[in-house]
Amino acid sequence: MEERNLICIGCPMGCHLTVEIKDGTVVSVSGNTCKRGDSYARSEVTAPVRVVTSTVKVLCGKARVVSVKTKKDIPKEKIVACVEALKKLQIEAPVHIGDVIATNIADTGVDVVATKNVEALS
Amino acid sequence: MEQYDIVIIGGGPAGLAAAISAKKNGAASILLLERDKELGGILNQCIHNGFGLHTFKEELTGPEYAERFVVQLKELSIAYKLNTMVIHVGKDKVVTAVNGEEGLLEIQAKAIVLAMGCRERARGALAIPGYRPAGIFSAGTAQRLINIEGYLPGREVVILGSGDIGLIMARRMTLEGAKVKVVAELMPYSGGLKRNIVQCLEDYNIPLKLSHTVVDIKGKERLEGVTLAAVDGRRKPIPGTEEFYSCDTLLLSVGLIPENELSEEMGVELNSITSGPRVNECLETNVEGVFACGNVLHVHDLVDFVSEEAAEAGKHAAFYVMGSGERSVDREIPLLADRGVRYTVPEVVHPSDMEKAVTVRFRVSDVYRGCYISVYFDEERVLHKKRQIVAPGEMEAITLTREQLLAYPELKQIVVKMEER
Repeated sequence: MEERNLICIGCPMGCHLTVEIKDGTVVSVSGNTCKRGDSYARSEVTAPVRVVTSTVKVLCGKARVVSVKTKKDIPKEKIVACVEALKKLQIEAPVHIGDVIATNIADTGVDVVATKNVEALS
Repeated sequence: MEQYDIVIIGGGPAGLAAAISAKKNGAASILLLERDKELGGILNQCIHNGFGLHTFKEELTGPEYAERFVVQLKELSIAYKLNTMVIHVGKDKVVTAVNGEEGLLEIQAKAIVLAMGCRERARGALAIPGYRPAGIFSAGTAQRLINIEGYLPGREVVILGSGDIGLIMARRMTLEGAKVKVVAELMPYSGGLKRNIVQCLEDYNIPLKLSHTVVDIKGKERLEGVTLAAVDGRRKPIPGTEEFYSCDTLLLSVGLIPENELSEEMGVELNSITSGPRVNECLETNVEGVFACGNVLHVHDLVDFVSEEAAEAGKHAAFYVMGSGERSVDREIPLLADRGVRYTVPEVVHPSDMEKAVTVRFRVSDVYRGCYISVYFDEERVLHKKRQIVAPGEMEAITLTREQLLAYPELKQIVVKMEER
């Protein structure tokens, strides 16, 4: 039996959660005050995911960088690989919100899209 | 002189929402003035997600949230000027501004919406001893350098203050390849959201030292390191607890101050707790026809509430210029913040002038668990709301209805306070 301790992010309470895991499955969650803590703990110990946001270099644009995000959550352990891959990219202006900047980033099956408009230098 | 019914100062989330709401509520001639080269204000550098959950029911990044409002502003053909700095507003509502194309501008307004936002508290306000080398930034400056200008301001970082910007920047600098060694927080609790503590610090194993502060700064040209020390209950450093951290960068995330120089020049009275204007239920200041909203009024944590508040201010500015905001010389009921409540916005209500309901926003002074938010009409308790927890970092709100207030014709004052039972 494995035990993991987490702080719930559901509200400012910040309940200290204890999750018991056996053979990769959650056996119990304790320390939570409400059911949000329970579901947070279960997803956080089995498959933690995050939306990743960063910037990508822009060529010939009115700004040097454009902000981007993964279109969906990606596995937490892929965050660094995702950001490293984005650092290598350069894209040409204009860029618009929602434009796909990279596909299948870090083999997650998730695309990265622009979150800001950057017009081309006239 | 150019003339507009409503001039809005500031094109961040508050100014945008105020302008849109003023237009939708019937104001015809509106001008928005923004000092930066684009609309959106600080949202442009907040590239992380989590904005708009209340308003749009989805998690947007800062620039995406701003864009939704910019699109509406343009669809409504609301006039705006960029790169335009307002330098003075007179009591007669003449707005003096400058920009590179038109030079000095004077604009006569009938109503003004103050939406200038806030500024970060700087090192000078903290009285940290030591040299003044390069490498000490406010967290927001570092955020702008990385996310907009595209520069990484340092490699080895210590962050003082665990407000949300500090936490967000701890993650951001880590992902950009810097080593964030520690986040120190003077208070025994973090001012940031739990979500940010987990996703910005714990995810990257960045230690958070509560009840700690910077007591010395080393380095003459460039920062070489800082000394942290634990503080006691009165926030004084405890001798013998000093610990040196080598670093080339110190980020300060130690609070935000509403930017009210313009407001004060025109005679707007400020609240000493919020450093923002004192307003009534219409978000109108003591100067008739001058409204305030967003972080210039009081510092918010969620932009959704800024937009909501600013829409109210914009609406009331529209009513004012259209003449429907006629004031009865009605009794004025003060709202008082008592035990555990630091302030309320608004500070005063006029029951017969107000709309159906008014949102009263406030902050508590400490972390309280298993407590009640109570509202008293004179001696009578009219609201008693149980809360599992409240914290200074999260703004609270209650609603007062017109009907409820009119039912107490003799009402002298309204008190908001925290109670244990």
